[in-house]
Amino acid sequence: MDIIATATNGVPGIASGRLPEEDCRRNFCEMHSPLEPNSARVEAERCYFCFDAPCTQACPTEIDIPGFIRMIGNHNPVGAAGLILQENIMGGTCARACPVETLCEHTCVRNQPDDRPVSIGLLQRYAVDEAMDQNASFFIRGALSEKSVAVVGAGPAGLACAHRLAVLGHSVCIYEHRPKSGGLNEYGLAAYKMLDNFAQKEAEFITSIGGIEIEHGKLLGRDFHLRDIEDRHDAVFLSAGLGSTKTLGIPGEEVSGVEDAVDFISQIRQADQLSSLALGKRIVVIGGGMTAIDIAVQTRLLGAEDVTIVYRRGPQQMKASIEEQEFAKIRGVVIRYWGQPACIQHQDGRVTGVEFSPTDRDLHADGAGHFTIEADTVFRAIGQAPQLLNDDAEGFNLEGGRFVVDEERRTSRAGVWAGGDCIADGEDLTVSAVQDGKLAAISIDQFLSKSKAGEP
Amino acid sequence: MPELKTTFAGIESPNPFWLASAPPTDKAYNVNRAFEAGWGGVVWKTLGEDGPPIVNVNGPRYAALHGKDRSVIGFNNIELITDRPLQINLEEIAQVKKDWPDRGLVVSLMVPCTEEAWKAVLTRVEDTGADGVELNFGCPHGMSERGMGAAVGQVPEYVEMVTAWCKDFSELPVIVKLTPNVTSIRQPARAAQRGGADAVSLINTISSVMSVDLDTFSVVPTIDRNGTHGGYCGPAVKPIALHMVSDIARDPDCAGLPISAIGGISNWSDAAEFILLGAGNVQVCTAAMTHGFKIIDDMIDGLTRYLDARQIESVDQAIGKAVPSLTDWQYLNLNYTAKAQIDQDLCIQCGRCHIACEDASHQAISATRNGSRHYEIIEKECVGCNLCVTVCPVENCLTLRILDNEVDQRTNQMIRKDDKLNWTAHPNNPMAEPGK
Repeated sequence: MDIIATATNGVPGIASGRLPEEDCRRNFCEMHSPLEPNSARVEAERCYFCFDAPCTQACPTEIDIPGFIRMIGNHNPVGAAGLILQENIMGGTCARACPVETLCEHTCVRNQPDDRPVSIGLLQRYAVDEAMDQNASFFIRGALSEKSVAVVGAGPAGLACAHRLAVLGHSVCIYEHRPKSGGLNEYGLAAYKMLDNFAQKEAEFITSIGGIEIEHGKLLGRDFHLRDIEDRHDAVFLSAGLGSTKTLGIPGEEVSGVEDAVDFISQIRQADQLSSLALGKRIVVIGGGMTAIDIAVQTRLLGAEDVTIVYRRGPQQMKASIEEQEFAKIRGVVIRYWGQPACIQHQDGRVTGVEFSPTDRDLHADGAGHFTIEADTVFRAIGQAPQLLNDDAEGFNLEGGRFVVDEERRTSRAGVWAGGDCIADGEDLTVSAVQDGKLAAISIDQFLSKSKAGEP
Repeated sequence: MPELKTTFAGIESPNPFWLASAPPTDKAYNVNRAFEAGWGGVVWKTLGEDGPPIVNVNGPRYAALHGKDRSVIGFNNIELITDRPLQINLEEIAQVKKDWPDRGLVVSLMVPCTEEAWKAVLTRVEDTGADGVELNFGCPHGMSERGMGAAVGQVPEYVEMVTAWCKDFSELPVIVKLTPNVTSIRQPARAAQRGGADAVSLINTISSVMSVDLDTFSVVPTIDRNGTHGGYCGPAVKPIALHMVSDIARDPDCAGLPISAIGGISNWSDAAEFILLGAGNVQVCTAAMTHGFKIIDDMIDGLTRYLDARQIESVDQAIGKAVPSLTDWQYLNLNYTAKAQIDQDLCIQCGRCHIACEDASHQAISATRNGSRHYEIIEKECVGCNLCVTVCPVENCLTLRILDNEVDQRTNQMIRKDDKLNWTAHPNNPMAEPGK
């Protein structure tokens, strides 16, 4: 029924304009309406202001949640934002993108069968948006230290680290290979979570403190080496995220139409016209995390007719929460569990489908019961691999290619800290990355203060 | 089914719910609507003496204390008595009474403190066929500065004098409406009774400044940058009204004086509380002003079911049932010992009880057990104060347990229900009369 779809480059099944632009825009509008002042105060009133609040304990950045909610209830949303941003400078993005149902809201004492948790995410968003609308400023740079820190990557960890260092009086230079700042906030989060160019607004808000310089188009290992920035700066924070996406390792994977989900998600985020994006009619997504959910939902919203996620385990094991799975299913995404891809079927160099073999709890692929799903496009959403450091790897303790860090986010190489997705045991969340950056900045500051006092 | 019909100060009405003298009873249009909705009676908004009508402000005359959900908790007004001509009010009253013979229709009055003024107005009210009059000795704003309203109600001698005039000049039942803006409500109540009042009604509104506009530095409601004190009412004043009503109900000097209760009555259970504390009927205003007259349905139904469930056959039988429970502090049983208890199955572990007790009471609730979140009463510290019960958000999770045949861990004293001891006989009281 794709009457308005126009074939792109003559590739069968691939077309842009599956839906009119206005329909795309409507589909990509916010999933949760922001709170109005009065509804925010009413919701704030639902908070019990728990002693030693479990929500604060569940927040990776330890935001004083009852504290900021109390301020919203008392007509002081800007003060509330101050309390939030003090612990989490990306409180605005986290309010939009955090899986609150598994973090703060999961531990809310009102999470009872006959009740519902306080809408902490929406309240946080209300406070931070209100403060940003009013151009409120919360931070002033401390006395300048004459120390300079290099940060690799302008994603959540890098920006959070840079901001805290700037507050503490240090100068920061961020080396970022993409044209825009924000990392996955700008290129990786689903478009319907980050409307109105929010990632850029937030990055501008963060860097407006001063003392933070960002050099775009600079890729570690290509345009500069770790040694170079170690020489130029007094400390280094590595927050370059992950590099290439993992491959499926199955026959036929190299044919046209088998793509990385993160690439298309990035294209959606950067598109001026959503309807101009060319996509298949029948889409298969392989994976079980948020990326799988995000690509599946967004392609549905763009007008793809059949979108199926195939995951090799069951719903409980899926990294995307049950709520996120429900979210996708409500939007017409089919999720098939217990199947792993066996081979890509193709014709004339283009994908036509994927053959799956069923799996059991131990992931043993059983020979019997193979099934095939026809597809014009197959998206890999099975995670990203660390970037190889090549000649810069010396002195690092790595685990699966990721940096092993201590509690202060120090790597084993002196003078180098790391955070975000590139460290081992990372949680793959914006909020955790922000905490990494914050802790590293505090540790770097202590290190720099000591060196000022004449210690090595 | 229980009988809701009441006869209050000789005035019959099909139920004990009257609308108080206020904007909802200012004219026939509203009163007819109220009677259609089912209200048992009304006190017509206060009439003044004949002459040029009263003038009201033309800016905001109401303001409210809101809950976070915009519910009206407290309400204040700077409106004066009726601003319509006396003759029109009287004509409407006569017609309404003719149309609704089974409903109570009382006329509120406020005229200058002279015999002639009261005589003149009473004669004309009597001609309308109204069932009674209510003397407005309560209004705390505007009229009191002109020597009327609360200015009379605050001086017991005036209350007695004017009440006596009204009884002299009129055959109608006289209800005296009292102001709460006094130190002891018993004095004006006794004065009304001495003057021959058939009943008292209370409370009128409490003097109040509603709020301050933080941007304009003006009090609210604001009339051209100025404001003035008004009269406060609504759910927030209910505990004050309960105290004053019951204080009269248990005053031996006021024995037998019927009380019409007013003050924050919003539903059947509020009404029931006042009746149990000695009110013969109740008057409602703020709830009707915020929700309209239809609230009467729930009031009638709820009160009927309440009385029925307790096999109380009529409103009359319920009057004053809780009055004997009210006493002076010195007669409270000091051997009565309560301890808080937490139902761990219901506890949602918010810790509000802990922090309240820790910061503001007796450090009697622990917050952890074996290092994890768990709230428990420390009986040797608990004084049974009820603070934790008050702050607990879960109904019936935190309750008080009354000790009997048990040693109080805090005092090491054996507690038995039947050993009673009040302050008048307490060993620590130098004035005690041992053995009493």
